[in-house]
Amino acid sequence: MGTGTGTGSGTATDAGTGTGTGTDAGTGTGTGTDAGTGTDADAAESDTETPGARPANRRSATARALAWSTGLSVVLVAVVLASAAIGPVSLSLPVVAKASLNAVALPTGVTLASTSVGLGGATATVPVPDLTYTSLFAFPVDSTAETIVRSVRLPRIALAVVVGVALASAGTVMQGFFRNPMADPSIVGVSSGAAVGAVATIALSLSIPFGVQGAAFAGALVTAFAVYLIATEDGRTPVATLLLAGVAVQTFLGAVVSYLLLQAGESVEQALYWLMGRLHTATWGQVEATLPVAVVCLVVLLAYARDLNVLLLGEEDAHTLGIEVERTKRILLAVSSIVTAAAVAVAGVVGFVGLVVPHMLRLVVGPDHRVLLPTSAIAGGAFLVATDTLARAGPAELPVGIVTAAVGAPFFLYLLVTREVHSL
Amino acid sequence: MTGPDDEPAGSEEGGPLVAIREVVAGYGGDPVLDGVSLSVERGEFVGLVGPNGAGKTTLLQTINGVRDPDSGQVLVDGASVDDLSSKAASRRVATVPQDTTVAFEFPVEDVVEMGRTPHRGRFGGDPDARDAVERALERTDTARFRARSVGSLSGGERQRVVLARALAQATPVLVLDEPTASLDVNHQVRTLELVRESTRGGKAALAAIHDLDLAARFCDRLVVLADGEVRAVGPPEEVLTGERVAAVFDTPAAVVPSPVTGAPTVTPLPDPTTESAADLCVHVAGSGTTAARTIATLAAAGATVTVGVVPTDGLAASVAREHGIDPVEASPFAPVDAATEAAARDSLAAADVAVVAGALPPSLHALVRDHDAVVRVTDDRAGQSGHDDEVGNPTAFSTEDATGTAGEFSPDSRATPETVVETVERVTTAPVAADD
Repeated sequence: MGTGTGTGSGTATDAGTGTGTGTDAGTGTGTGTDAGTGTDADAAESDTETPGARPANRRSATARALAWSTGLSVVLVAVVLASAAIGPVSLSLPVVAKASLNAVALPTGVTLASTSVGLGGATATVPVPDLTYTSLFAFPVDSTAETIVRSVRLPRIALAVVVGVALASAGTVMQGFFRNPMADPSIVGVSSGAAVGAVATIALSLSIPFGVQGAAFAGALVTAFAVYLIATEDGRTPVATLLLAGVAVQTFLGAVVSYLLLQAGESVEQALYWLMGRLHTATWGQVEATLPVAVVCLVVLLAYARDLNVLLLGEEDAHTLGIEVERTKRILLAVSSIVTAAAVAVAGVVGFVGLVVPHMLRLVVGPDHRVLLPTSAIAGGAFLVATDTLARAGPAELPVGIVTAAVGAPFFLYLLVTREVHSL
Repeated sequence: MTGPDDEPAGSEEGGPLVAIREVVAGYGGDPVLDGVSLSVERGEFVGLVGPNGAGKTTLLQTINGVRDPDSGQVLVDGASVDDLSSKAASRRVATVPQDTTVAFEFPVEDVVEMGRTPHRGRFGGDPDARDAVERALERTDTARFRARSVGSLSGGERQRVVLARALAQATPVLVLDEPTASLDVNHQVRTLELVRESTRGGKAALAAIHDLDLAARFCDRLVVLADGEVRAVGPPEEVLTGERVAAVFDTPAAVVPSPVTGAPTVTPLPDPTTESAADLCVHVAGSGTTAARTIATLAAAGATVTVGVVPTDGLAASVAREHGIDPVEASPFAPVDAATEAAARDSLAAADVAVVAGALPPSLHALVRDHDAVVRVTDDRAGQSGHDDEVGNPTAFSTEDATGTAGEFSPDSRATPETVVETVERVTTAPVAADD
């Protein structure tokens, strides 16, 4: 559970070098204070060393990705620990750190448990994998503090990390895919579809498998697939058509959601909370369900980072450079829709993470997806944990979607009036 | 493979590297290419010329696999591009596209490295990448801004970066769509030299080129494409004729060998329908580019032109032949003999107007001056002294002393090659009063 903490425990020791490397790579003037990292990564990329052929101030993308990711992971761990310390009961950082490490566990066994699922009047029994975990650490911690950290705060933080990673990586891919810095993960209607599924379930008190989350997930994927079908003709999916079809479908589904809210009666508050995006219902179970999806999708997207770079040159150029353009677009669209759907299903419509985080990172690390994608993913996790902490730290708890939008929209406008408007 | 062009991928069996057979392609039901057949051999640089909308870009797209032909076949190295995966096709054909804008700000080096995409597995590396990229950067003279963002480059620099990308791709076939469109003169020549050099290493290159002079100078063969059909294929000097250029580009043009490179040069001329001297018979004497341009302009305007005396095998003589005129010629370094002078006198007598264009031997000068209507053509652009009029011909066709001869012509009868037609017409309708 909690990849964030898992990664953190490994890298926390070299926090100093990690941050230093990050800054160097960013300015492009790394002068070899940690040349070791660069050379290793070069070798890993199996580029043969040609003496003097390459100026020393340019590093391979892998080295830069590694350096930045390490630095950002440190930030993520810091944010996670700080977030776990903040709350109605204030805990000290060492206590939080120990309790968090105690929560780090590896799945060591799988058994199939049965869950009964109801659809309409019928119920069916569905096998669900049940993992058994082995803890890696056993620090002595006050049991009240441990309970607060492990059962109350960490599930929420872990889910925030997963959702943030998912949305930010999907947003990065969508912006590259549409060659448009203003695209976001829900541009093909994923969020609207999820909203319809969730609000319909809540408002009409439907009983379907896996409840609201199942309905949201299904609604998201059905919508994305429908938009894809609408925009596809003769096996080609022009991104402009896809964009417009997505906007049209989103508008239509917005109307459906509004209508459903009118019919919601007493459950309207629950529906509205879902629509605003919230993490306060987070459970370890949700983390278990979304984490594998996010990890698998992120790995697939990372494998396509180079293709995404080439796609930025335009589809025709990409084709002449050996990219199967339509197939690659289908895969990228499907995978980023799935990862977005998984995130939205558990957290509701959390806006602006997928739009703003890739943007910030692009300004810092540049457009190369081999660097941008992993760094955006980690930064997205950290961003959502931070904003969710803000959301629950106030006197009245806010849905996190309100905070991300409140932070994200001004930043978006700032981008609009300063630099990005010229380069659309 | 170790270099971008020394060892092009692919088999070495015979047959053209690119074979296009009866290709029909277009947008919807409207064919842009209508049965095009063409082949490009190893080691050959073929230029694709033709007016806008002729189908040049579409033809190139059928070769690199961007567009599938509606019917017909494109074979590259023996395999149909249609059937190849994008990756396999990109290992055979590299493309320099017409539009080289890059939406996101990649460093130059990264853009060039993207040329290695078809040689790289999803998880595997590409051991030749660095060599290929370095060589491509050096050869295109882009190594010095390797770390700069593509967006910060000028259009010409960006075009060279894209050429570097195509060279790094290390394919046997290179397809270029207007590779020189946004380049300065120096880089136009260097780019095309680079492409030609690559073909000498065994590549085949096919380039759509708007500039006919450059195409004629650098390409081994030219293909004239118009209305989706191949109008002519062959060496530049055979393909580029005044008539064909006129027919294909819908403008009269003079095609003469360049005095510097010997390759045909094409000069579009004013449309004959706008200026007419059809009923005039004009005799042109003189030398150099001034005479050549005067002859071409008058001929295009429809006048009956006779020419003489002009230097043997000079520019004026070749332009005259280009227009079907048999010039009276004289060796540049010898005095004009009696027979030549007589021939010139006959032509002069038959002409309505005598035109002196550029430098003329003194003996002929007297001859021309006797004519009733004389127009003096000087080229304002040719330079201050006029000495560059006839290179290497300082004696017989000496430039007259400007002060000595200027007075012989009234201001009314002086013209430039551009204005010669109207001046000739004016002189014939209102003959200049003889002062002597």
